[in-house]
Amino acid sequence: MSEPRVGVYVCHCGHNIAGTVDVQHVAEWAMGLPNVVIARDNRFMCASTGQEQIEEDIKQFELTHVVVASCSPHMHEKTFRNACARAGLNPYLFEMANIREHASWVHPNDREGATNKAKALVSAAVHRVVHQQPLEPMKVDIRPETLVVGGGIAGIQAALEIADAGYHVYLVEREPSIGGHMAMFDKTFPTLDCAACILTPKMFDAGGHPNITLLTYSEVEKVDGYVGNFQVRVRKKARMVDESLCTGCGTCWEKCPIKVVDTVWEAGLGYRKAIYRPFPQAVPKYPVIDIENCTYFKTGKCRMCEKVCPTNAINYEMQDEIIDLEVGNIILATGYKLFDARRIPQYGYGRLENVFTSLEFERLTNASGPTEGKIVLRDGETMPQTVAIVHCVGSRDRNYNTHCSAICCMSSLKFAHLVMEKTGAKVYNFYIDMRPIHKGYEEFYHRIMEEGATFIRGKVSEITDVARSPEEEGKLIVVCEDTLLGRQRRVPVDMVILAAGLEPQADAQEIAHMFGVGCGDTGFFIERHPKLDPVATMTEGVFIAGACQGAKDIPDSVAQGAAAAARVLGTINQRQVTLEPIRASIDEERCSGCRICNNMCPYNAIDFIEEKGVSRVNPALCKGCGTCVAACPSQVITGAHFTFEQIMAEIDGIMIDVLSDRPVVEAV
Amino acid sequence: MSDNGTFTPVIVGFLCNWCSYRAADLAGTSRMGYPATLRDIRIMCTGRMDPTFVLRALQKGADGVLIMGCHPGQCHYQEGNYKAIRRFALLRRTLRQLGIEDERVQLHWASAAEGVRFAETVARMTEQIKQLGPLDWPRNWPNEDPYAVEEAVHE
Repeated sequence: MSEPRVGVYVCHCGHNIAGTVDVQHVAEWAMGLPNVVIARDNRFMCASTGQEQIEEDIKQFELTHVVVASCSPHMHEKTFRNACARAGLNPYLFEMANIREHASWVHPNDREGATNKAKALVSAAVHRVVHQQPLEPMKVDIRPETLVVGGGIAGIQAALEIADAGYHVYLVEREPSIGGHMAMFDKTFPTLDCAACILTPKMFDAGGHPNITLLTYSEVEKVDGYVGNFQVRVRKKARMVDESLCTGCGTCWEKCPIKVVDTVWEAGLGYRKAIYRPFPQAVPKYPVIDIENCTYFKTGKCRMCEKVCPTNAINYEMQDEIIDLEVGNIILATGYKLFDARRIPQYGYGRLENVFTSLEFERLTNASGPTEGKIVLRDGETMPQTVAIVHCVGSRDRNYNTHCSAICCMSSLKFAHLVMEKTGAKVYNFYIDMRPIHKGYEEFYHRIMEEGATFIRGKVSEITDVARSPEEEGKLIVVCEDTLLGRQRRVPVDMVILAAGLEPQADAQEIAHMFGVGCGDTGFFIERHPKLDPVATMTEGVFIAGACQGAKDIPDSVAQGAAAAARVLGTINQRQVTLEPIRASIDEERCSGCRICNNMCPYNAIDFIEEKGVSRVNPALCKGCGTCVAACPSQVITGAHFTFEQIMAEIDGIMIDVLSDRPVVEAV
Repeated sequence: MSDNGTFTPVIVGFLCNWCSYRAADLAGTSRMGYPATLRDIRIMCTGRMDPTFVLRALQKGADGVLIMGCHPGQCHYQEGNYKAIRRFALLRRTLRQLGIEDERVQLHWASAAEGVRFAETVARMTEQIKQLGPLDWPRNWPNEDPYAVEEAVHE
């Protein structure tokens, strides 16, 4: 083979790199590295002029390998690989040195150190790249079916978009009905449309769509495979009601003698029966038996629902069903959980009767809620004369969650409006900052101020029932420093609503791990890029939408659901997806058949061929982690693009003496 | 590596593509400063860590080696980091027999969101190695390439 000819390109990235690293020196120095025939510095390598420079040089200098020293490969590796490919060079003969995220940006006050590090990283890439092999990306067919996990508004929107485009969707929901948090709300800000009126048509569409298989009361248990070909195992919990017979008439839950506090749909304020349908517009319409509270399941007696069911749909023998699905793409829309206000004991939730959470208030004001929409105190009859709404409960607070929950300002304004409209009560809003940022939100804020709500700027320190004066007797006193007046205030009220923040689901970590996505420091799922790729994840074929990605309101959740669906439709229409050819392969001539690698593989991708006495990697199952490569005692497993020779060369290159004027090449 | 009497260690890093490399990227985008002592190499998973990589880095003059992966239970490839833990334990026993201090070769975790943790780990390890001083393996060990022999066997 003829001598390799390497081209090196050192990017200024404007001032981002050149402000700290002496890029010109790095490029000049790189000219002395082995096999380098051209080294240049350039203001912006990722710009078209930078890319064209690479293409021209590949032709002019007959480059066989290319190194770009710029940003993280997670940013622009693809860009430069494509530039190489356009000039006829196999894209895997390209290597990147990360001198921005890993050098200039982290050593801003150490020009010498950052420059030396950049030299070492460039040297590592130059040493490594000559060992790189041309690789051909694997193409796999994409199954057109999609799995959507979570039946809230984001998941429903995503499912409908894909189903309307003519592709099949499996919509999996943990609860007995789809709808999510939005189904519990009464009104939606800032337009004050009724949540049910705008949500239920979508729920019915999703429930009756020929392209949607609705799997409610079901949970994903296991995910295998990769983009285009995921194998998903879903457990459909036993409803104890035969869906093919049930008409949803409601006789069973009318007659059921057991009342249970409904902590999910009624936020603990109301009751349901042991056989129940979560709410009147539930989709699907079938009830479910709560076997933990059902008398029959506890004592073997009762069977009331079975006796009264006109279609004999009750089946106490029903078992959980395991459903195996094959899908090409997955959208996670698993939503959020409300911050538990009990964690702030000085606010008295759970101890002081008339302190409510935002979700409880939503149920209180909802016409289908436990009070049929009457805003009353816990006694169930007294209308409040004064109401305090406390913002940022468990949000923007280092003790609990640092993030802003995004919706509480607006929902608090909505609560203020509803309280004033329905009860005529005086309303006090205790806020830190008002953040009504989206279209029509600021106008809504002004409207509520004009309607007469009082706004007090300051973080509430305590809510107490200990009166200091006669007018405080029998009231809840909200204690706060009014930062605009500059003094302490005690505001006596009848009712307090805590605008509790949005948190990741309690099992977000487990969900993330099952689907191969990550959780950020606030616990929400991490997107591929915070600005430019907000619904994709690091795992190809897995997308995220709605509040599982970060606290957000309904319009944003709908937009993300639709965006994720558009991304899925994009990949489905490509029919094939290109996979990184980073795979392991075994040299069967030299394999001793010890089978150590067989048990190493987390994907069972290594088979033992009995007749030959050797192991073999199934490339369709291999994901390229390299665990078997490191484990092989005979060193006969090759991890493409991360071979032993490549990494060893990289180590040699990275340890070069960066202080010498000309790089000294050690004879190996 | 010694310059004007002040010792700046060189640490070779092996970072997994999914968590710790991204933590390093995040430290960059968030401009979290740390000493310019780490020279990092990206591998797909800490499960790819061949213990000989560590020996090679030390043999070539590194004062320390930092291996970083995803937190236990969060490996992108399910359990590669558990394999790394097991191999690391064995490697550490070998290194002790060679007289190499535990602080010189460390295994840590950082999720993609933990830029701070990444920066702090590098800063802490740099301080520890400064205390120990240079390793100077190339000067204290015969400069022969053990892998040349191995490659000859294969051919």
